[in-house]
Amino acid sequence: MKHLTALILAGTTAVFATAAAAETNIRVAMQLEPPNLDPTSGAAQAVDSVVYSNIFEGLTRFMSDGSVVPGLAESWEIAADGLTYTFKLRPGVMFHDGTTMDAEDVKFSLDRARAEDSTNAQKALFASIADVTVVDPLTVQLTLSAPNGAMLFNLAWGDAVIVAPESIADIATKPIGTGAFTFTNWVQGDRIEIARNPNYWGTPAAMETATFRFISDPTAAFAAVMAEDVDVFVGFPAPENLPQFEADPRFQVLVGNTEGETILAMNNARAPFDNKLVRQAVAHAIDRQAIIDGAMYGIGTPIGTHFAPHNPDYVDLTGLSNFDPEKSKALLAEAGFADGFTTTLKLPPPSYARRGGEIIAAQLRAVGIQTEIENQEWAQWLETTFKGKDFGLTIVSHTEPMDIGIYANPDYYFGYNNPDLQAMMTTLTSTTDPAARSEMWKQAQTVIAEDFVNAYLFELAVPTVAKAGIEGLWLNQPTAAIDLTGVTWL
Amino acid sequence: MIRYTATRLISLCISLIVASLVIFTVVEVFPGDPAAYMLGVNAQPDTVAALRAELGLDMSRPARYLAWVSGMVQGDFGQSYTYRTPVSQMIMDRIWVSLPLALFALVLTVLIAFPAGIYAASRRGGAGDIGVMGATQLGVAIPNFWFAMILVLIFAIHLRWFSAGGFPGWDKGLWPGIKALILPAVALALPQAAILSRVMRSSLLDMLGEDFIRTARAKGLSRRQALWRHALRNAMIPVLTIIGLQFSFLLAGGIVIEQVFFLPGLGRLIFQAISARDLIVVESVVMLLVFLVIVVNFAVDIAYAAVDPRLRVRR
Repeated sequence: MKHLTALILAGTTAVFATAAAAETNIRVAMQLEPPNLDPTSGAAQAVDSVVYSNIFEGLTRFMSDGSVVPGLAESWEIAADGLTYTFKLRPGVMFHDGTTMDAEDVKFSLDRARAEDSTNAQKALFASIADVTVVDPLTVQLTLSAPNGAMLFNLAWGDAVIVAPESIADIATKPIGTGAFTFTNWVQGDRIEIARNPNYWGTPAAMETATFRFISDPTAAFAAVMAEDVDVFVGFPAPENLPQFEADPRFQVLVGNTEGETILAMNNARAPFDNKLVRQAVAHAIDRQAIIDGAMYGIGTPIGTHFAPHNPDYVDLTGLSNFDPEKSKALLAEAGFADGFTTTLKLPPPSYARRGGEIIAAQLRAVGIQTEIENQEWAQWLETTFKGKDFGLTIVSHTEPMDIGIYANPDYYFGYNNPDLQAMMTTLTSTTDPAARSEMWKQAQTVIAEDFVNAYLFELAVPTVAKAGIEGLWLNQPTAAIDLTGVTWL
Repeated sequence: MIRYTATRLISLCISLIVASLVIFTVVEVFPGDPAAYMLGVNAQPDTVAALRAELGLDMSRPARYLAWVSGMVQGDFGQSYTYRTPVSQMIMDRIWVSLPLALFALVLTVLIAFPAGIYAASRRGGAGDIGVMGATQLGVAIPNFWFAMILVLIFAIHLRWFSAGGFPGWDKGLWPGIKALILPAVALALPQAAILSRVMRSSLLDMLGEDFIRTARAKGLSRRQALWRHALRNAMIPVLTIIGLQFSFLLAGGIVIEQVFFLPGLGRLIFQAISARDLIVVESVVMLLVFLVIVVNFAVDIAYAAVDPRLRVRR
């Protein structure tokens, strides 16, 4: 009986505790669980979603609008030749284990990321760094082998966060960073808990604790939000349910941009897609709006080239490949495929690919192109389609920010080889003048659109469902992140 | 009895070896490099090679099979590629959700099926029998994941009695843990209870037609007394078989239900590991499930011999 009373008492205090502290706790759900908590190795976006800016910080950082602002570096100077970057670090920054963050840690982190045996998934970000020198505890100097106009942008990625040699061994399960939240607990398969860092160098977070939960099934996601088991669902997997949440005064729905250019990739190195007329015919056969409406329930922005439409340098080239089946048929006839042809369409798991693929197959059939659809798991897609280049067509969203540079790599899976564009990209990388860079971005977009390298479908949108009264969530996803440092309850 | 147990044990070992070979081959043959998956589309080839070496994926397949099996025999399941933690620890964390869920569902199944089956058998052809049989027909036809969604809709979204899913952990106390398993266990148990009560009923009815029941009735026992005292025990053999099969099914069927209720059990682990090509986790968890199923079958075999002495002699 005593036990029973104790249990009941414990139960009631727990209830009161939740009720009283509701404004400083938040429960965030996302679809995928991170495999580990180390953002500096592996490409899993779920890792960054949890740790970016919350636990780990870099020298620079992204804001929700995609701009790059100072992070752990308070200021920097770039030498006139663009080869030397001198970063002034913020004083008094502590890692969560109580050690000081200084220039040695910066050197350690960057050297580790670009090392020979590094397992950093974005090692290319650091390729132009020739040397990292510690000037004094709060000053660090980067020497580049060639000027790199994207250096500050590259350092803002989750893959470039500052880690400490003291805590690196356990980073996968016990991440120690400098951010406004400290890691407290991870129940694998269920949740990750973080708590406010009382010794944070900047504005302390308003939330005392935050819990990340992982719900992959769309129906379960809907139930969890409706039952108010979670406060926020970032990347809500069932867009068909969004109108219902919009109509419910308990919730708010945010639809933000991502850096995900969703494309129907064509194997440029292989017949018949080595023929520009065929690629152009495919591009004109596609009705983008029908795909956005049918596969994404209306969320997503049509694109005409491989560039994010919310970027100021974006050029709207959708008119170049407008939906025109008659023109498509004429182009196919001109290319010698008056009776059409048959090709493969490989589809990775996300719904934009699986649902979009069915619609695209129907649209292509209307102009005479038959597709054999094959659904693939990610690992299989990476191995056979991406690496093995065994495909005719495939649908994928390229989620890395500012990744038009992939068109300068002739070994990339879609096999586009254009020396002019490759030269342009090399020049662009070493150009630091913003106006000149902007001009080159625009040129590159036009070149690939006019070559019809791929059929450009839409920019992936990310829907977030949150309880009414939560403010300060990121609307857009310039990088995968659920930054809770500025989140408050009204 | 010893000889019978020994032959059963040998067949258990052979089953395990064959299962390990089949699992390893099936998982490894499917294309997809775990290292390439982990590093994504921007990874450079030297990075992938560095990770493959770090994970031990550069060893030959037979060598990895032997390392895996010899590790398992010693209780070491190896290290997960993606989570970078020992697989045995991951399994231990998850099994405390999956096993209690399966047991809970099994208890519910038995608690529902026995009374329903006995009630229907004792009122053969009556309104009670028809009612129970109709209900079980429905129960057999409903898939458990669909039933799970209906339960969530009613009890989590509308009535708000339960959470829509998730598991607080046993360290938060016994009741919160059990509460989180109630809806999943009911969803798992009802279709199984429907099957079991039909088996219970027909098995009892078979027994009631046997000579020894007629003798018992002739002795002066009522139909119901004969059922309780003589038919029930003899009707247990087919029922035990089904319960054994059902436990295996509940353990494996939890995979789908754990997705619906986002429970951190073995099923979810398998789902995540398959999509991440975390081969060693997939192989080890499937092997563990096979092991549990084979051991349950072994236990059922032994239980037959305990219930029915003739089986001991025949083998």
